[in-house]
Amino acid sequence: MRDLLSLFALFFKIGLFTFGGGYAMLPLLKDEVVNKRRFVSDEELLDLYSIGQCTPGIISINVATFIGYQQKGIGGAVVATSGIVLPSLIIITLVASILQQFMDNRYVAYAFAGIRICVAALIADVIYDLAKKNIKNYMAGIIFIGALVLSVWGNLSAVWIVLIAGGCALAIGEVSRKVKKR
Amino acid sequence: MIYFWLFWEFFKIGLLAIGGGLVTVPFLFDLAEKYDWFSKAELTDMIAVSESTPGPIGVNMATFAGFNAAGIWGGITATFALVLPSVVIMIIIARMMQKYRCNIRVHDILDGIRPAVLALILFAGIQVAKIAIVGSLEILVFAILLAMMRIWHKSPILYLGVAAVLGIVFRL
Repeated sequence: MRDLLSLFALFFKIGLFTFGGGYAMLPLLKDEVVNKRRFVSDEELLDLYSIGQCTPGIISINVATFIGYQQKGIGGAVVATSGIVLPSLIIITLVASILQQFMDNRYVAYAFAGIRICVAALIADVIYDLAKKNIKNYMAGIIFIGALVLSVWGNLSAVWIVLIAGGCALAIGEVSRKVKKR
Repeated sequence: MIYFWLFWEFFKIGLLAIGGGLVTVPFLFDLAEKYDWFSKAELTDMIAVSESTPGPIGVNMATFAGFNAAGIWGGITATFALVLPSVVIMIIIARMMQKYRCNIRVHDILDGIRPAVLALILFAGIQVAKIAIVGSLEILVFAILLAMMRIWHKSPILYLGVAAVLGIVFRL
């Protein structure tokens, strides 16, 4: 019971401090579930993002459900997902009733301008750490650059980029195993 | 009856919107045409609010749309419906992952996908930066924040607080 409560509290906190989409959540998730609690490794967290790209639904929900399930089964999945959703539900319901006054407040606007810059900086920070760990050979480097080019200039959807990268890696792995056997 | 339609429409969005939170936007524009729950102008305001309030954008959008259509219970219904497909599918995948994690082909595929996902995250970061960093003052704040992160490695929550204060102080 206590484990479930702390799972709930953890994901409630993550939901409360995520501004933007699932990617904006990555720095906070890495800090909490990888660095502090060691529920998953860096690699597993990225794998969850890959799965999230190719499965229906919102990435942050997918990640919360997966980690909750891994920790405490179906109960854990439900608790973690409720935790991450609840702050939005409460805040948006409140904001919806006073929308215009809220957005027109000058200081609220200033604070959010600062927060948006911070989200960009947090993403840059976490990318640097993860790239150092996960881009260690030429194949990984080429996939990274290829995926970046395809998403910036190719306008290709994330699903396709993930599927192409996985397909290339599978093919290269198969070929190199056959070469080694000979 | 409106609760049934809210549930049905947002369940479909939860099932069909593959990828990040903003993927739900085109589906919501369809809803604006199909029902009188909210107008397209309201939807644009909604996107701005969802982007700048805590929580995943997709969930915020569902809560907002549901609330607009049918009050508090509308918000709860739409959010629950949006989340349900993800939860069911992820529990199934979590079970399969435990089984296949050690398979060498699955291992190869995941190794190859990780750098691609990093590139996607970087792309998302660039899009955020384009909106957030519009002048030299913003570049300065960005540099200060990034330097603090690289030196101290504290919780992101602390930096978000610092950034909000900087935003008010510098009138960004």
